[in-house]
Amino acid sequence: MSFPKVRVPYLLLLPGFAFLFTFFILPIINLAQTSTQTPVAGGDTGEYEQTLAFGNYIQAFVENKEQFGRSFLYASLATIFALAIAYPLAYAIAFKAGKFKNILLVLVVAPFFTSFLLRTVAWKQILGEEGFVVPGLRSLNIIGEQTTLTSTSIAVVAGMTYNFLPFMTLPLYASLERIDPRTIEAAGDLYANGITAFRRVTVPLSMPGVVAGTLLTFIPAAGDYVNAAILGSPNTKMIGNVIESRYFKIVDYPTAAALSFTLMVAILILVTLYIRKAGTEELV
Amino acid sequence: MSKDPITARGDLRLTRITKSYGDFTAVDDLTLTIPKGSFFALLGPSGCGKTTTLRMVAGLEEPTVGSIHLGETDITTTRPYQRPINTVFQNYALFPHLTIFENIAFGLRRRGIKDVKEQVDKVLNLVELPHLAERKPTQLSGGQQQRIALARAIVNRPALLLLDEPLGALDLKLRRQMQIELKWIQREVGLTFVHVTHDQEEAMTMADTIAVMNEGKIEQMGSPADLYDNPETAFVANFLGQSNLIKGKIDGNDGDNLVVDLYGQKISMPKKRSHAVDSSLYAGIRPEKFRISRLGTPVKGNILTGGHIEDVSYIGVSTQYVVAMPWGQEVMVFEQNDDGVAPFDKGDEVNISWEPSFTFGLRGDEDIEAGTEVNPEELEEE
Amino acid sequence: MSQKIKDASIPTIPFKARFSRWFGRNLLRIYMIFGFTYLFIPVAYTFAFSFNDSGKSNLIWKGFTLDNWKNPCGAPEVCNALGNSIKIGLLATIFSTILGTMIAFAIGRYKFKGRSSSNLLIFLPMATPEIVLGASLLSLFLVFKINPGFWPTVIAHVVFCVSFVVVTVKARIASLDPRLEQAAMDLYANELETFRKVTLPLVAPGIAGAALLAFSLSFDDFIITNFNSGTLITFPKFVYVSAARGIPAQANVIGSAMFFLALAIVIAGQLVKRKKNR
Repeated sequence: MSFPKVRVPYLLLLPGFAFLFTFFILPIINLAQTSTQTPVAGGDTGEYEQTLAFGNYIQAFVENKEQFGRSFLYASLATIFALAIAYPLAYAIAFKAGKFKNILLVLVVAPFFTSFLLRTVAWKQILGEEGFVVPGLRSLNIIGEQTTLTSTSIAVVAGMTYNFLPFMTLPLYASLERIDPRTIEAAGDLYANGITAFRRVTVPLSMPGVVAGTLLTFIPAAGDYVNAAILGSPNTKMIGNVIESRYFKIVDYPTAAALSFTLMVAILILVTLYIRKAGTEELV
Repeated sequence: MSKDPITARGDLRLTRITKSYGDFTAVDDLTLTIPKGSFFALLGPSGCGKTTTLRMVAGLEEPTVGSIHLGETDITTTRPYQRPINTVFQNYALFPHLTIFENIAFGLRRRGIKDVKEQVDKVLNLVELPHLAERKPTQLSGGQQQRIALARAIVNRPALLLLDEPLGALDLKLRRQMQIELKWIQREVGLTFVHVTHDQEEAMTMADTIAVMNEGKIEQMGSPADLYDNPETAFVANFLGQSNLIKGKIDGNDGDNLVVDLYGQKISMPKKRSHAVDSSLYAGIRPEKFRISRLGTPVKGNILTGGHIEDVSYIGVSTQYVVAMPWGQEVMVFEQNDDGVAPFDKGDEVNISWEPSFTFGLRGDEDIEAGTEVNPEELEEE
Repeated sequence: MSQKIKDASIPTIPFKARFSRWFGRNLLRIYMIFGFTYLFIPVAYTFAFSFNDSGKSNLIWKGFTLDNWKNPCGAPEVCNALGNSIKIGLLATIFSTILGTMIAFAIGRYKFKGRSSSNLLIFLPMATPEIVLGASLLSLFLVFKINPGFWPTVIAHVVFCVSFVVVTVKARIASLDPRLEQAAMDLYANELETFRKVTLPLVAPGIAGAALLAFSLSFDDFIITNFNSGTLITFPKFVYVSAARGIPAQANVIGSAMFFLALAIVIAGQLVKRKKNR
């Protein structure tokens, strides 16, 4: 080889990193820069000047603290429900599936080959007046004639839970699958019954999967607005909806930028604290 | 370079090779010549630098200091693919995506050789696996993979064939069988083999010459018999088989022999078998060279009295005794059960005796624990 | 057991205990059945309603018809949207796979200063909510007076796909035994030949998987696309926009077709893998 070995990695990184720098780092910097602008007095809509108006952040946060709170609440709920649903499923596939493991894994991911939008809209129909859920629950007298499921926060959280299920299931499966079944047998040999063995051996060993799965679910969920838009109502607006409308409906780029930036930083802080508490694992 | 290194032939010469990683020295000022056509073993515990040395010969690592010559050609900085040297890796490293045929043909194809099929078939017959040509490596057993790895290297007729603990992953019986086969193949094909291992029995069975390595340096080099009968350091004495090392003082001469005082008892040993530098030394005797006798029985040669038997282990072929000597040391004695005499019992008072020419003498400042650590699974690389 | 030997000394287990034992053992299996049913409900619904004789609005069941399947482009805009999604998907896949594979090799194979920072940089787009990725890119394009549309969308897709490609390929590279490449060089292959004959064939499945992943992420993306596509319609955008007045059944047809196609590809991949190990 004519050129020294040291240079090769940098050459390989160059195109990709140049691209990411231009189209990821720069935009984020620009976002930060936009967030402190104010509208030009007497200018057209969409014309701003840099005034270092850090007050934008305070104003944006105060005006939308409800949506912020709701976003994190819904995302947390969706993550918890997804974990509750996915864990037994991943456990079953990892330990009880035998030679069907691969088929079942494919089946877990398969529903997500249909378009995300189509699935969500399908839920809207299914949970709506024409579907089978609401009339069914009504006939069983579980809910009254007046209650609907669409346009509710329940529907939004349910939709989010459903849509992020594979992001939770796959890392959980990967982690559970790696557990040597003989460690569980050893627990039994050392006087632990089934539940104790599960609590003291399986669960701790599956923690890396739990951490990865909850992160992969919570982060996109917090910023999601599609579920809220399709399955919810103005009362279930998440911060994502607000940001979208500030770009396309009520043109207010600084506010939108401030909100986006706040969301990103908030998530980064939560994620860092979470990872530190849960123990650092190589996630990437 | 005037000559293409790939045509180099001759003895392998390592001159003052040192390999350091930061402040850790894996190989320390090593000088070694491996004669063409021999079966050479690099023997030592894990971490001694033997695999690092092998990799430098293969070209997979570069020495920090020093030079490597093959015949007259300096190959110190040439790339592995430019050297006429092939390696049989510890885990075989067969290409999983190629058939056995293509694995073996790999080196030939890279060198542009034309009659690939004929050569591959020949070497497959040599290792007695012609029917596996179209299979993939994952379909083969460990023993079969090992032989294919060997075939893949041999087919290139290299000047030097390097083997990195190739028998480590095989079970005992297969390993014994392969040791014999490897030796046979080496004689048949006439290549120079350099075999790296931590198993001293393996090295002694297969090699013409053994270099014992410890902490990056060669402790001693010679034929298996030389190393076993006349070790020069405590490490070699303890690493190859077992030794009894008894502290003593040189007390005088007796013609070609030295008179040595061991805790008040006098013994004799040949002068040329002593490596002591002053009057202090350790007298070394292999356990199988000792004879146990009851008090009062006449014996020839050196004798140490006042021992009593601490432990008896009957192993069928032999009986192993632990004998406590009056100065507090326990010595090991191996007696063959070949004369129908009933073994001794625990507690018996005995003498031990041996033929003086079997004694070897180590320096008085040696660490007599060197080489005694028991590390059963040493499949790690340095 | 065909013979039931009635021996008073063999204790029989009461029904209640037998049932609870059976239940305990099969609890997970029962759960799996419920779980998978839950997963497939919207898929089944979408598939069922693709046969609906619905006209413009596919909200209530009107009757069974194969017309929609026979004429999937019947509704206006559907095939245009599908075509755009596929075009963008292919381009985004090609670019992100190339860039991502190069990065994966750099990080996975070499030790160099800035390696951990590189890992962090790759991790960041995955940790950033899509809305922030989309909005920030839109802001940048606006500053440079570039209108949102086809190429801005492709660029946006590459940004979030690259990280996934890197992670996937890196995992495959990590499982590669470095001694295989050493063996190749020992057997007279220089660096380039080693890469072509040994490294690349062994990493190829990882690259293929990453490409598939990138394509599906791109095809299904809505949020980032929404911000950067302007008037260009992609398939997810089409569904979103028509959600209010009713999605034409042809969209269901396409969605179901995508499902079966993807399923077929994955199953084929599994079968190929199984045959290779035979």
